[in-house]
Amino acid sequence: MATNAESAPVEAIPPKEVLYCQVCSFPVEYCEFGSSLTRCKEWLQKTDSQLYDKYYSEEALQAKIGTLSLEAQEKLEKDTAKKEAKAEAKAETALKKKMASQITIKRIERNKRKHVTAIHGLENFDVDLKKAAKFFAQKFATGASVTKNPQGLDEIVVQGDVSGEIVEMIEDGVGLLKGVPKENVVEVEEKTKKKGGD
Amino acid sequence: MFKKFQPSSDVSGQVSVKSSVQRAIRSSLLSQWKITPETLEQIWPKKESLTLVKCRDHISIYTLHGEPLFFQHFDGPFFPTLKLLHKYPFILPTVRIDRGAIRFLLAGAHMMCPGLTSAGGYLPPADAALPENTPVAIHAEGKEHAAGIGLTKMSTEDIKKVNKGVGVETVTYLGDDLWKLQQL
Repeated sequence: MATNAESAPVEAIPPKEVLYCQVCSFPVEYCEFGSSLTRCKEWLQKTDSQLYDKYYSEEALQAKIGTLSLEAQEKLEKDTAKKEAKAEAKAETALKKKMASQITIKRIERNKRKHVTAIHGLENFDVDLKKAAKFFAQKFATGASVTKNPQGLDEIVVQGDVSGEIVEMIEDGVGLLKGVPKENVVEVEEKTKKKGGD
Repeated sequence: MFKKFQPSSDVSGQVSVKSSVQRAIRSSLLSQWKITPETLEQIWPKKESLTLVKCRDHISIYTLHGEPLFFQHFDGPFFPTLKLLHKYPFILPTVRIDRGAIRFLLAGAHMMCPGLTSAGGYLPPADAALPENTPVAIHAEGKEHAAGIGLTKMSTEDIKKVNKGVGVETVTYLGDDLWKLQQL
């Protein structure tokens, strides 16, 4: 295995370089067992056609078949195709679900004229909540934190009424908020039930 | 072990490791793995301090600058992560499984004896036999790199003799949640 094991023992043995597939993250030789073989193949052909030939040329495929019975091979191929289709369908539904999920921007009344703004649902769009909170805090010069709401889900709470600004920021796709679809933003207002009076 | 692993819920804390403990870890790594001090120095320089990430079920992952290097269950043997093993494939003894078993390995199954003893498989010869509970790199027929890391459940001689049941317990494999984890 180790190509350089014979180097002098005093010297450190350099690490071996492994090419990982950018599509499925496996070492390229294991792509065939992943769930995105077709895309992996395309990627490898683009990045390194030599390696592509090594793994997917006719001879290579023949050599592989040689170790398996024809029946088993057929079954394996079918399985792979099925797995791929399944993974694709799964990815699609996940994407659909993601696109349908809403971002709620809630203005919560604290104390008559004081408000906090709670933003919920950003994590579905690959936004790092902690970083986003920090970003809001810096932007609005207020406190902002990631807290668990009563349902046990994470949300960002920003002090002060900044709902309008945040909506604008999402629409413009500033910095971290890039890729968040503005159609999914919902603004809500929440007032504390006040004991009557004034 | 890492089939399901979510950093958000499974990690209970991170601490930096005391230097005396680090010394102990270093010496046990040197005794457990086939590695020279110089090579280990390259993976984990003496000046850098490790971070211990404590996880559920007494799993401890040791990271360097947020990158997992090796892990341990309770106070058992140290296992390198697969990425580390790919870079330094010689640190663990090797077993090989046949082509038919790759699918199951990548789904997280334990490795059964027949997959190791068949024509495509490989077990160390009798004079280099491994006792049970040895960490091993699981390679696959026709592949260059390891596909998983396991712990032998029987000695390799027993695997050849019994040829039934679990021979190597899979600890981590390509595509599990530890593999997907780049940073901690």
